[in-house]
Amino acid sequence: MAEISSKYPQYTHDYHLVGSDKTETTLLEEMRQPAWTVFNNIGLPTARRGNEKWKYTDVRPIANKTFVYAPNVSIDRGLELKSLENFTPNSDDWINLVFIDGVYQPRANKKILDSVEVSTLHEALENHEELVKKYLGREADYSEDGFTALNTAFIEDGAFVLASESSEENTVVNLVFLTSGQVSDCVTYPRVLLIAQPGSHLSVIENYVSLCESSSLTNSVTEIYVEENATIKHYRICLEKAHGFHVGVSRVCQEADSTFISASFALGAAIGRNDFHVLLDGEGANCELSGLYLTLNDQHQDNFISIDHAKPNGTSRLFYKGILDGSSKAVFGGNVIVRKNAQKTDAQQTDKNLLLSDSAEIDSKPSLLIYADDVVCGHGATAGHIDEDTLFYMRSRGLDAETASRILIHAFAAEILDKVDLLPLGEFLNNIYDEYIPSATLSFGSVQ
Amino acid sequence: MVNQAISPLLQIVDLCVSVEDQQILKGVNLTVNAGEVHAIMGPNGSGKSTLANSLAGRPEYSVVSGEVLYRGEDLLALEPEDRARRGLFLAFQYPMELPGVRAWQFLKAAVDAKRQHNGEEEMSAREFDQFLKDKVSQVDIDPELSRRNVNEGFSGGEKKRNEILQMAMLEPDLALLDETDSGLDIDALRIVSEGVNKLRNPSNAVVLVTHYQRILNYITPDFVHVLVDGRIVRSGGADLAHELEEKGYDWIREMVS
Repeated sequence: MAEISSKYPQYTHDYHLVGSDKTETTLLEEMRQPAWTVFNNIGLPTARRGNEKWKYTDVRPIANKTFVYAPNVSIDRGLELKSLENFTPNSDDWINLVFIDGVYQPRANKKILDSVEVSTLHEALENHEELVKKYLGREADYSEDGFTALNTAFIEDGAFVLASESSEENTVVNLVFLTSGQVSDCVTYPRVLLIAQPGSHLSVIENYVSLCESSSLTNSVTEIYVEENATIKHYRICLEKAHGFHVGVSRVCQEADSTFISASFALGAAIGRNDFHVLLDGEGANCELSGLYLTLNDQHQDNFISIDHAKPNGTSRLFYKGILDGSSKAVFGGNVIVRKNAQKTDAQQTDKNLLLSDSAEIDSKPSLLIYADDVVCGHGATAGHIDEDTLFYMRSRGLDAETASRILIHAFAAEILDKVDLLPLGEFLNNIYDEYIPSATLSFGSVQ
Repeated sequence: MVNQAISPLLQIVDLCVSVEDQQILKGVNLTVNAGEVHAIMGPNGSGKSTLANSLAGRPEYSVVSGEVLYRGEDLLALEPEDRARRGLFLAFQYPMELPGVRAWQFLKAAVDAKRQHNGEEEMSAREFDQFLKDKVSQVDIDPELSRRNVNEGFSGGEKKRNEILQMAMLEPDLALLDETDSGLDIDALRIVSEGVNKLRNPSNAVVLVTHYQRILNYITPDFVHVLVDGRIVRSGGADLAHELEEKGYDWIREMVS
C-alpha cells in the first residue's frame, strides 16, 4: 500500500481532503474508502504486458504526471457560465446540469420537470437514498480497473438523472462537465448515475469539454440503468485540448425490452479512452452503439467497446468510424459476447477507418465470443485512404483536391453524425467537425 | 494573342502518352472545331480511353511528348479541375461512386466552381434547385437519381445517365464521352444519346469514344477516326463507321499493316 501511495503522492494528498469539510455524506464516504484501497493496490494500468484491455494504449504519460484535484482549488467558477454556449451544445428546451472544474453550478439549471429528475448526487441522496444506494457503483466494478477505482475514491458529487414512466420522448437532459483551464494540470472525476424507470423515455447528452491549454485529466464514470421497456437515447461528446487526457468509463445495464441508442464523439485528446460496456440483462433488449473519432497530429484515441448478450432475443449494433491524420493512432477494440442462453441474438459490429496520412495508425480488433448456437452475428473492420480515382472523378467536375477530399471526409463522418436527431446538437457537432476537418486535409494535399 | 473565334477548340499534336511505363498513345493528331462531333473508334486496347482520360488530366496517365491546345491554351499544363472549369468534361466509362455525398451538394459545388472561375456569383440554393430541376427534365432522367448519393448503389445504366445529367449541368464546351454507350440497353442508349443531342450547339463540340457503331445511329458524327495501336490510322465521315461495323477492325488492321 505504501508503495503505490508513494508513487502517486498528489492523489494521496488530495484524497485526504475530499469531503473533509462535510459531515453528512456517509454513503459516498463509504464508497470512497474501499475504492481508494483498491487503487492503492493496483494503481493505474501502466503495465501492458498480458493486459489485453490496455494492449494498444500506453497510459504512462498520465500515470507519470502530477494532477491537482480541481475542486480543492478555490477559483471563480462562474466566469465560464456566461459563455458556456460557445463551447457546448445548448437549447432552451433542455434541462441542464453543469459542473465546472468538478464543482456543481446551480445557476445553470433553469428547466424543471416532474417526470424527469435532474439533480446532483448530493440532492439525490436526500430524495432517493434507496435508489442511489441500490445503483451507484453496481455496474462500475473497479476491482481490476485503476481508473474506475480512482474515480470512485474521489466521488464527492455528480449528476443524477431519474426518468419516470410519464417522461416524454422529447425530453433532453444536457450534462456539462467543463474543465475551465483556470487550474493548471487539473484532474476532475465526473460521475453520472442515470436511472430510466420502466417505460420511460429520455435523451441525454454527456459533454466533457476542456478549455485547458495545459495538461489535464478527465477521469469519468457513468452508470446507466435502462429498465423494462424504457428507451434512452444517449450522446457522449468529448472535446479535449491538445494536452488533455480523457479516460471515460461508461457502464450500461439493460432490462427486458429496453432500448439504448448511443453515439459517441471524441476529438482532440492527447490520449483519449472511451471504455463503453453494455450488459443486455433482460430478454429482447436492443442496443445501438455508434461512434466517431477524429485524431490529428500525435493524438491517441482508444475505443474499448463491449456488449454482453446475457439473455435471449437481444439485438445489438456496434458501428464506429474513425478519421485519422498526421501520426495519430486509434484503437478500436470491439467485444461482443453472446452467452450460452442468449439464443436468437442478432449482433453486428463494424469499424471503418479513413486514414488521411501514411503515418497514421489504426489497430482495429472487432471480436465475437459466441456460446449460444442459434444466433446471427457478424463483424467487420476496414481501413483505407481516400481513393485516387474518386478524387480524380471529383476534380474532373471542377472541384479542387482539397474541397473534394473535404467533401469525402465529411460524407464519411456524416454516416455517424446523421444519427444525431437533436437539431442543436447535430449543428454543434457539424460545426465542430467543419472546424477540425480542414486542417486534417492539409497534409493530404500532397497526395495526388 | 489567341483569337478564340478562329482557332480550333481542340488541337492535339503528336500526342504520346504512357501508363505505368507502357506507351499507349504513339503520336495522335486531331483537330476539333466548335459545332463538330467526332467519333473515335477502335478495337480494345487501341488507346481510345487513354486519349479521353489524358485530355481530362487523369494523374496516372503521363504525357511523354506532344502538345494539346484548348482554345489556343496549353491544356496539359492545367490541373484536372482547371480543365473542367474551362469547359472540358469527361463522361467516365466507369463513373465513381461517392459514398455519402449527396448529388445535390456535389453538383452545386461543381457548378459553383465553374461559375467562380467565370467571375460569377455562386448560385443560391433556390436558383440551383430550379436549375437542377430543369436539367433533370431536359435530359429526361429519373429525378430520384438526383436526390440520392452520387452513383452510390446505382446500376451501370443509371451511372451513365447520371454522367449525362452532370454534363448538362456543367454545359461543357468540349465533352469527351468515354464509352458512354457500353453496357447500356437500347432504352438507356436512346436516353443518353438524346441527352447528348439536346446539349449540342454551334459553340460546343463532342468527342465520342466508342467501340461500337451502335451509338452513332443516335448521335451522327461529323468525323469518324479509327485509332489502332495508339495512332489514328484513318479518318472519314459517318460512313466510315458503317464500313467498320460491316468489315470489322481486322479490315483496318490489315489495311495499315
